[in-house]
Amino acid sequence: MTVQSPRYNDMAAGSQTGRIDLLLVAGMIEPGSRVLDVGCEDGALLQILEDRYDIDGRGIELSQRNVNECVAKGLAVVQGDADRDLTDYPDNAFDYVILSQTVQATRNPRAVVEEILRIGRRGIVSFPNFGHWRMRWQLMTRGRMPVTEHLPMSWYDTPNIHFCTIRDFVMMAEEIGARIERTVALDARGNRLDGNASLRRLNLYGEQAIFVLARNGA
Amino acid sequence: MATGLDSRAAASTQTDDPDSQVVRFGPDAPLTLDCGVSFAPLTIAYQTYGRLDDDKANAVLVTHALTGDQHVANDHPITGKPGWWDLMVGPGKPVDTDRYFVICANVLGGCMGTSGPGSVDPETGKPYGLDFPVVTIRDMVRSQAMLLDHLGIETLFCAIGGSMGGMQVLEWAVSYPDRVFSVIPIATAARHTSQNIAFHEVGRQAVMADPDWRSGRYLLEGTNPKKGLAVARMAAHITYLSDEALHRKFGRNLQDREAITFGFDADFQIESYLRHQGMTFVDRFDANAYLYLTRAMDYFDIAADYDGQLASAFLGTPTRFCIVSFTSDWLFPTEGNRQIVHALNAAGARVSFVEIETDRGHDAFLLDEPELFGAIRGFLDSAARARGLAGHEAAP
Repeated sequence: MTVQSPRYNDMAAGSQTGRIDLLLVAGMIEPGSRVLDVGCEDGALLQILEDRYDIDGRGIELSQRNVNECVAKGLAVVQGDADRDLTDYPDNAFDYVILSQTVQATRNPRAVVEEILRIGRRGIVSFPNFGHWRMRWQLMTRGRMPVTEHLPMSWYDTPNIHFCTIRDFVMMAEEIGARIERTVALDARGNRLDGNASLRRLNLYGEQAIFVLARNGA
Repeated sequence: MATGLDSRAAASTQTDDPDSQVVRFGPDAPLTLDCGVSFAPLTIAYQTYGRLDDDKANAVLVTHALTGDQHVANDHPITGKPGWWDLMVGPGKPVDTDRYFVICANVLGGCMGTSGPGSVDPETGKPYGLDFPVVTIRDMVRSQAMLLDHLGIETLFCAIGGSMGGMQVLEWAVSYPDRVFSVIPIATAARHTSQNIAFHEVGRQAVMADPDWRSGRYLLEGTNPKKGLAVARMAAHITYLSDEALHRKFGRNLQDREAITFGFDADFQIESYLRHQGMTFVDRFDANAYLYLTRAMDYFDIAADYDGQLASAFLGTPTRFCIVSFTSDWLFPTEGNRQIVHALNAAGARVSFVEIETDRGHDAFLLDEPELFGAIRGFLDSAARARGLAGHEAAP
């Protein structure tokens, strides 16, 4: 079995129950919803959603091996590319469309986020924050692309081709007319930062971020 | 192996008096065909495996491919070989007959007991031959629905099949979305491609070029276009494999000889293999049935009835889909299967899609492919839980 290059190293997340961001995302979704998980990897989030929240979940995943694993678990997952295949889906087909640690691995993140807000009433996007102080420190002191516990791959190996900071993402949301309904930032140990903290503080101390987005006017 | 004459008799016997369960629908229950003919009487020959639950919720319909038949998981009455899908269907197998009641019927137009061109026309007392109406995949599915009515089964838990069987499964989902809880179309397409129609036409021309075909009246005239049908099978068989698999299996190896003979004997193993495939095929298959069934596949185009929009055919479908393709299948390539997936996504259907990596070509769906079995087990387990089938609550 070939080892997939992870977009995010969950072994470092330090939680007994798996990736803490998955549980947080799962908790943001109303039970009984229709959910599309774009870049669902091995189906961990979909499995949580179907088991605990009575959710009609679907997944798209780039790696065929991951897809086959998901289907063998009984999940409704198809092989597909977030950059190319979201156009298939009709408007408002889902209550939530999730990009869990996926957006930074797409070729055109802005178009992908616009697409998920077209086909879902809400979009949930989680990504590693390149504005975290440790990233800034590494770049400043070493002059090299940061490598961390969660993002252990070198610049030439990583599937993550479009890193951004929390502030970058907020600005893009504004540009595409998306309304940010919730912002959650997690520190390096997976603890939530104070939700009332300033954007500056979230961007400095959040190692990863989760945004709940809706279309303006929706 | 049976000699040509004996096997011809054996094949005819299976057409008229099959080693299967049989249901007959009389003139009071005609089947309206796509060509406009109201067909009666209709005979359907079928096999079943496992036990139907009291609430009749655990029925699985297996649909067979072009040259398959209803003998999915029992020894074949003519060849004596194991059923064509006994790796997939049986106790403890992915389609587990300890849990599911499995039905497989010989298709309409076939030659193993269901009405086809080799059947006797009650009006004339002679085989239909080319007077048999041209049937479609949808006609086959309608006849299967009649069989289910006869068995008292309102809803199938699953319909599963590969190739032409996959076409029937897709047609089930389109024609009877409320009668089929889940479908597994394998290595198939929503329409037959120009290239595939071309291959079929080569096969039909080979049959019709055989002087023993007698314009389709060979049963009446006591001949059998074996050579033509064997050539058709040889050509078709190549399309079921892959260049890689042929190379791995045969390469340029010579057959029982040290050197090429500068003649037209079967010098190469691949030639000998194909000749064998052709010769054994004619022992169990009827030439006219081959014409009718290839035609049914040629005519298959689901989107044609929906202004070319495949997604419209599936709009609002409650059925769960699991689409399967194989990397080296160039007859029904992944791309064609992916088009079905795109359409199902657009229609909001619940769909899983696996592409299995193998070098064995189209025929891979009949072979020992553990990843295929894993996917089908997982999909069926999940569907069974969603369906609330007894004995599936604690499925791993």
